[in-house]
Amino acid sequence: MSWDWAFAFQILPKLVEGLKFTVLASLLGSVLSMLIGLAIGIGRRWAGPTVASVLGYAVEFIRGTPLLVQLYFAFYILPDIGIYLSPLTAGLLALGIHYSSYTSEVFRAGIDNVDRGQWEAAKALNLSHFQTWRYVIVPEAVPPMVPALGNYVVSMFKETPLLSLVTIVEVMAQARIIANINYRYLEPITMVGVFFLVVSVPSAMALHFLERRYALGNRQSSHIAVF
Amino acid sequence: MLAPSQLVSYILPGVILTIELTVLGNLLAAGIAFTVGFARLSKSTWLRLSARIFTEFFRGTSMYVQLFWAYFVLPLFGLALTPFQAAVLVLGLNSGAYASEIVRGAMLALPREQLEACIALNLSRWQRLRRVLLPQALLLMIPPFSNSFVELLKSTSIVSLISLSDMTFRAQTMRTQTGNTAIPFLTILILYFALALFISKVMRALERRLTPKAA
Amino acid sequence: MPSPMVQFNNVHKLYGAHAVLTDLSLSVSPGEKLALIGASGSGKTTILRILMTLETIQGGSIFVGGQPLWSPETAGLSPRRREMHLHKMRTNIGMVFQQFNLFPHMNVLRNVTLAPILTQGVKEADARALAMELLEMVGMAHKAHALPAELSGGQKQRAAIARALALKPKVMLFDEVTSALDPELVEEVLNVMRKLALETDMTMLLVTHEMSFARDFADRVLFLDGGRIVEEGPPGEIFRNPQQERTKLFLRKIVAAGLSL
Repeated sequence: MSWDWAFAFQILPKLVEGLKFTVLASLLGSVLSMLIGLAIGIGRRWAGPTVASVLGYAVEFIRGTPLLVQLYFAFYILPDIGIYLSPLTAGLLALGIHYSSYTSEVFRAGIDNVDRGQWEAAKALNLSHFQTWRYVIVPEAVPPMVPALGNYVVSMFKETPLLSLVTIVEVMAQARIIANINYRYLEPITMVGVFFLVVSVPSAMALHFLERRYALGNRQSSHIAVF
Repeated sequence: MLAPSQLVSYILPGVILTIELTVLGNLLAAGIAFTVGFARLSKSTWLRLSARIFTEFFRGTSMYVQLFWAYFVLPLFGLALTPFQAAVLVLGLNSGAYASEIVRGAMLALPREQLEACIALNLSRWQRLRRVLLPQALLLMIPPFSNSFVELLKSTSIVSLISLSDMTFRAQTMRTQTGNTAIPFLTILILYFALALFISKVMRALERRLTPKAA
Repeated sequence: MPSPMVQFNNVHKLYGAHAVLTDLSLSVSPGEKLALIGASGSGKTTILRILMTLETIQGGSIFVGGQPLWSPETAGLSPRRREMHLHKMRTNIGMVFQQFNLFPHMNVLRNVTLAPILTQGVKEADARALAMELLEMVGMAHKAHALPAELSGGQKQRAAIARALALKPKVMLFDEVTSALDPELVEEVLNVMRKLALETDMTMLLVTHEMSFARDFADRVLFLDGGRIVEEGPPGEIFRNPQQERTKLFLRKIVAAGLSL
């Protein structure tokens, strides 16, 4: 079986159309996951111990179960109990909630990572609670979070093909439709793979660069020549 | 109303398949993680570069796409895999690519002074690795490997796409055949979570065992 | 005059473009106790690290026990051959580090027996007997089965000394072995070293900021500045009657910092 360039160019517009959905879903899903994650992170730190531990178990449960099953859950079960959502809304909700279980940990670790001494120094300088957050904690905590959150955005992007299973026609669904109509798998599936590679690899490299710049307190020794 | 026996007959074979995929996939992943992780620490530029390309490729393309490619496209090049083989291969390669970073990171996290002490005691390269560096690095690797094993367990849910009847696929079948949505999906959610808990418990026990204790 | 145990001939050491040691020559007799003093960055620790083969040099040659450690010939060896050569040479040299560098996953006894068993083929039982003897000498026998994490800094350092001694090196290197210790723990480590100096005829090179210890312990003191030897002589002369301006300045700063000479 050989690569057919004419066919590849012919199906390109359709795939790009699907890609728009993929990108849209990743972006909206990311925003949602960060908002929910931030709320969970704050809740686990400042709500009462009961709420905090309930949130802790919920996060662990969501993290311990597959996104796909959660998608099915949102898609099939919510209507059963009278909640009707469009497939895209249900899909985004599942993506956002699933990934919030990861982002909430990033927020929590980021805040906990600020040295205790910084809180004490702020108190010694008589800064108000708001000033402490505004001028000390947030500026110190946020930069190292950026690459960690970015990694989850890239992961989410790569998991969006699951949305095709709840009838959302993103790029992978487009590719499968094209493949089934034309009985040709090589070009559409390979092209989707290339799409993902073209977006993921540069993002991963950029994030790696940020990670090294804002290393979260991990002191790595210079190269250990073991071999 | 659903009889419990019905639930068992629908879901149980899927549970077994999910466990098989998780165990075999993770074994392959661990093997790949160590091979590729050490290759990335090698002095040979050629080895380092090929290991790097391997990880970037498998981390950069979606696992979902890889699964399709392995099942539908590889046969076009004369390499026909059964769905089960394709699934184990893709799960292992993908997870192994991520986990190679765990191996590499743990080795790099060891203080340089440990290596210097080995040199001062005149240990050979192999002795340094086997007696001093690896035992310390393994302990650092356990928590992230625990996460990686759970991530692979979760990823097994997509194998229904290439017609394997895992837990998720069975729940779907049950939904369409019995019309009951809540029970099959709630059941498998709990089962996935129980398996994930089991993995992290086992890994924590392993960590405790490997942690040096004073006599 | 016996042939020297350690000999540096016109050694050059660079970190990138920065010269750490410049045209440095020195020789240490068998059994001699040599103290290296100087400000940080003067190159004194580098001398020990080069001897332990933790650093390479860019020019000159070094002999230990009459054998070339670094020389134009060894520089030309293939990486594999060079490692074999260094492996052979390291049997003569032991080092105690500022940060102890004990292996955290092994108890004290295992830390001490590991290298003799692995590198010298000593039998397990003999290695244990030797280790217990050494731990007894450094006052650590009662902690033989403790993990490094359970020890105080002074105890860790005494265990590290026993570990280095277990290989029976001809030359011992002590790299600021008390710098990482709380003040009240310094003396217990220095006492072990005094005992060692009295009871053995090992050649010892010592980098230290403890001037009073250097005065009592060393046969000869070497003052380094900017990668060169500025002044050397018996401790009495260097500390009481330094000849060079830079030595005087350095010692004055030490006194001003409240440390005794």
